[in-house]
Amino acid sequence: MTREVMSGNYAQSYAAKLARVQVISAYPITPQTSIVERLAEFVASGELPAQFVKVESEHSAMQVVVSASALGARTYTATSSQGLLLMHELLHWAAGMRSPVVMGVVNRAVAPPWNIGADHTDTMAQRDTGWLQFSPESNQEVLDTVLMAYRLAEDPRVRLPVMVNEDAFFLSHTVEPVDVPSQEVVDRYLPPRDARAILRPGVASRLGSFTGPEHYVEFRHELARATENVPKVLPEVEEEYERLTGRRYGGALPLYRTEDADAVLVTMGTASTTARSVVDTLRAQGQKVGLARLRMFRPFPEEEVRQLAAHVDRIGVVDRSYVFGPVGPAASELRSAIYSTPHRPEVRGFYAGLGGRDVTPGHVRHMFEELLRTTGPAALWEDLAAMGVVSDG
Amino acid sequence: MARLTIPAQELMYRGHAACPGCGPALAMRLLLKGFGPRTIVSIPACCWTVIATPYPTTALAVPLLDTPIESTGASISGLRAAADALGLDDLTIVGVAGDGGTADIGLQSLSGMLERRTNAIYVMYDNEGYMNTGVQRSGATPKGAWTTTTPVQGRSRGKPESKKAIMEIVLAHRPAYAATLNPAFPEDFVRKAEKARDHAGARFLHVYAPCPPGWKFDSAETVALGRLATDSGVFPLYEVEEGAYRITRKLGELKSVEPYLRAQGRFRHFTPAEVEEFAQDVRSGWERLLRLEAETAPLPPPAKTAASTA
Ligand SMILES: Cc1ncc(C[n+]2csc(CCOP(=O)(O)OP(=O)(O)O)c2C)c(N)n1
Ligand code: SF4
Repeated sequence: MTREVMSGNYAQSYAAKLARVQVISAYPITPQTSIVERLAEFVASGELPAQFVKVESEHSAMQVVVSASALGARTYTATSSQGLLLMHELLHWAAGMRSPVVMGVVNRAVAPPWNIGADHTDTMAQRDTGWLQFSPESNQEVLDTVLMAYRLAEDPRVRLPVMVNEDAFFLSHTVEPVDVPSQEVVDRYLPPRDARAILRPGVASRLGSFTGPEHYVEFRHELARATENVPKVLPEVEEEYERLTGRRYGGALPLYRTEDADAVLVTMGTASTTARSVVDTLRAQGQKVGLARLRMFRPFPEEEVRQLAAHVDRIGVVDRSYVFGPVGPAASELRSAIYSTPHRPEVRGFYAGLGGRDVTPGHVRHMFEELLRTTGPAALWEDLAAMGVVSDG
Repeated sequence: MARLTIPAQELMYRGHAACPGCGPALAMRLLLKGFGPRTIVSIPACCWTVIATPYPTTALAVPLLDTPIESTGASISGLRAAADALGLDDLTIVGVAGDGGTADIGLQSLSGMLERRTNAIYVMYDNEGYMNTGVQRSGATPKGAWTTTTPVQGRSRGKPESKKAIMEIVLAHRPAYAATLNPAFPEDFVRKAEKARDHAGARFLHVYAPCPPGWKFDSAETVALGRLATDSGVFPLYEVEEGAYRITRKLGELKSVEPYLRAQGRFRHFTPAEVEEFAQDVRSGWERLLRLEAETAPLPPPAKTAASTA
């Protein structure tokens, strides 16, 4: 193990290298570029004996890794925002073909207007593609999650593609000390890819195919079952990682000071770090508040959310994106997860940090205040509320 | 004797789902004879998606990978990268796509693949329209042809624009090998497929592929129509290596295009003037090809004359 100071983007590059990826393909977009630039250097220097296909679009990048994966290669790509949107069609193919592709996504706002700041609209728009989605909070967690992503993606019970998301600039371009596991440790954790379920040269076979209603349903059901296996497999993947590196992140919905809490805020990505410090401050002032971090958005940790809801009366969900519904995407998922629970807490949605706007301790404090008030709008534009302009959703 | 040059091994099964007389089906059969059993085929959305038969069956004796319509160039790049990374050195990586999936919506990924010198073969089977979706015009539909989106009705006289010159687009990328193939000439066809297989680098094959229901002709006439296409100059056979054009079926006098046009319902509305316009386009294309062949011919070895030693 070595300790190095690196950006979240380099954490992606180092993790891909440690995973011994065999085929990389990518197209540049801010703020993803340094991930693939570093990988290009690794490949050029011979440190990473991989094929790097420098394509003419993100659509092609995803096709390259899906096809390479079909022949049995371990693959990696990375993108952001518009690039992810362009990939959309291929994202369905990756999941439908059960390709264990791992992709780094730097969450960036979607145009228009052009904006390169942190915003989760790009990945939220991919929530129904069948990809697993993780939102790490630190550069260390980015590196660790990419390695865990390969284990999860390639597990025969899962065999699904995984996105490891990073908040633009807050992680992608901010440097932090990161413990980099040794290659030997990673090799023990990640053996070469199991070559089942791929195209075999010389054998009549077809991957993709077409089918009428008599089989299509079964394909979708298989996909659903694979997704349902994730909550079973994720703890194993994490425990094994902890055994080798000593680090763990607490599953899909790590909780912080939620026992006996009157109100819990649910956050994703880097807003969580800020929110945690506010929880400490408010707790010190005697307020019973807590934090739940949505570390895995897909599949949505329904069971964990229901357990949390069982003993909390007020839950606020912070969405760093706006989708055209009554509440934000994470809030909407959470509401539907707890619909059938006997104890149904009040759920409030907050839009915060869109287009790279800061989510400050002041915002978090304000959101807790709102949450602790008896009534309020279903969704509140926190970015605007701080300036005295409030609109409900 | 020439027929013995065609390998006997069949890598396409009977029981495929093509229409009777389907040019693309005939083309695939011959392509695989040329490419051999260590081939992997990537196929986008096109008639071949269906011809290859539904899950859990397949019409090919080699692995087949399905992709969206526009990403064949990228797909074969990915297959090649994986083959190289995994040490699968003896594979022939092939993309087989329609003219729509190649010259229109897939042009970008084709260009990317050619520009990267991807060590793979891209085959465009040209049935001159979007047939899988029910005969709509594509960039490769010939001028004047009827399709469902270029009707012959009122002031519309079929497709107003000319056929896209895909070979010229491809050749601008300087591929290692490019050729036109017509299944009506199977020896030439298989020889070119073999030649493509034995080249390294980016290779492109433009395959003439008649579609009886789309072009509205008798499904027993696919091969006869194919012979007319080449011998009238509508679809000349040639290959390009290192920039040098070589016409592989030399024609003295071009045959009239009229029997070719009259055999197909999609040109039925042509007036004599429209036939003549079509014929002129064909003639000028053929003359241009002759010029290109002459201009790009490799220089003969210098003759030993007094002048050359000076
Ligand atoms: C993105 C996208 N747009 C449209 C289609 C519908 N589509 C399927 S096959 C096809 C026609 C393809 O034409 P061509 O490539 O010439 O092959 P052919 O059907 O003639 O064999 C179209 C438009 C699709 N599958 N994907
Ligand atoms: S529609 Fe044309 S190209 Fe498609 S299968 Fe039938 S004959 Fe072949």
